[in-house]
Amino acid sequence: MVSADWRPSATRDILARRAGLLCAIRTFMHDRGVLEVETPALSHAAATDPNIQSLQSRVHLPQASAAAEVCLHTSPEFPMKRLLAAGLGPIFQVAKVFRDHECGPLHQPEFTMLEWYRPGFDHHRLMDEIAELLQMLGLPAPARSTYRDVFMRHTGLCPHTAPDEALQNRAAELGLVASGADRNLLLDFLFSRTVTPRLPASGALVYAYPVSQAALARIVPSLPPVAERFELFLSGMEIANGFHELGDSVEQRRRFAADNARRASRGLPVMPVDERLLAALDSGLPDCAGAALGVERLLMVLTGSKRIDEVVAFPFARS
Amino acid sequence: MSSYSTNEFKPGLKIMLDRDPYAILENEFVKPGKGQAFNRVKVRNLKTGRVLERTFKSGESVEGADVVDLELQYLYNDGEMWHFMDPKTYEQYMVGKTAMGDAAQWLKGEELCPTTLWNGVPLVVAAPNFVALKITKTDPGVRGDTATGGAKPAKLESGAVVKVPLFISEGEVIRVDTRTGEYLGRAKG
Repeated sequence: MVSADWRPSATRDILARRAGLLCAIRTFMHDRGVLEVETPALSHAAATDPNIQSLQSRVHLPQASAAAEVCLHTSPEFPMKRLLAAGLGPIFQVAKVFRDHECGPLHQPEFTMLEWYRPGFDHHRLMDEIAELLQMLGLPAPARSTYRDVFMRHTGLCPHTAPDEALQNRAAELGLVASGADRNLLLDFLFSRTVTPRLPASGALVYAYPVSQAALARIVPSLPPVAERFELFLSGMEIANGFHELGDSVEQRRRFAADNARRASRGLPVMPVDERLLAALDSGLPDCAGAALGVERLLMVLTGSKRIDEVVAFPFARS
Repeated sequence: MSSYSTNEFKPGLKIMLDRDPYAILENEFVKPGKGQAFNRVKVRNLKTGRVLERTFKSGESVEGADVVDLELQYLYNDGEMWHFMDPKTYEQYMVGKTAMGDAAQWLKGEELCPTTLWNGVPLVVAAPNFVALKITKTDPGVRGDTATGGAKPAKLESGAVVKVPLFISEGEVIRVDTRTGEYLGRAKG
């Protein structure tokens, strides 16, 4: 079928803004002594997170009889943590990352991620740096609130202590159809349905997540315990996610196993755990905070675009 | 009836929700970075026309609704039920008051009416968008009367009452848009 979709979906002006944004990010990082690195997109191990699906491929080596099964990275997090453990100091990377099953107005199966790590920072200092990055780009400094405060304000329920049943009832009132919804699903639904659209459009940094949403963040044993994780929202979109990074290899191994157990229970493939990351954590990860930021979504905010297609040269449908 | 997974959702798909048939109007992929994916859909209840928003956990499956859109020809009303026929198969259908809704007031016979069948039974019948009907009763126009905005009520042979310009008289055939009840002009011929 011959069609006119050989053309780019972004205008030249927006592609120029994209180039300018990448240049500004690199200058910002270099000026602060953060070293640009590149790590492999092909990986023997993979993300175990049950909500992130890796694309798989095969590598044939000339001297090997069997092909090696590999995954395309969904984020450069694990090899960058190995660089941190090897003592590289503050590092950043701008990388194309790949995620299966994701496509929509805000999603593409491949997108550009800015990921950076700051030894000696906690998540609050990293949030300060994100605010400075946004201000350098001409955006206002985002308001900061805890997950609990914004969740309570817009749902009337405490995300840490409300019984599952109360979350379930509220979710049903708001039109959730899900059999066997667990607590995380209910929190994700209520947050994306009622909180995200009501966060200040000019920007919000939400921090101190429920421990069930810790991912790779440290957990502080406060009352209630919270995960040292934050997310940046601009114009009602999730733009960045950051952690005060978990450095405990025993706890990390436990979370990988828990992820894979959840994968198995949902009928998803169990992923190969990154033993090299665990070995690096064993040898010692410097105390650090790190964040991942979606470059296309930030560009959407800067250009007032409504769809991710408007800020990439060729979306997946035209790739 | 087959069931559909959320990844088959698209506008126009007919599904069952809370025992009623619905049509999907919009389907949006929503996914928090570290969370599960959802399908946020706008759906229209095919019985009531009401539009709702529902969010499905991605991967859920939903029963499909056995809904068919076709055109049926209006035959007659027996005082209680309206009788229609499929002009292709000659199959006849009886339609009750609820499914007829406002359509009945525009029908005099033989019109082709867009109809939605659910499990083989007419669920909603609509009148054709445009009809030509004779005026059976209207007051004679009064010259210079502007108090009514230059319009007067007129009763049509099918039973509906519409506003017509003052110069229109009884016995004339006019064209009406049934979706708005608006007078469009004198029928030609």
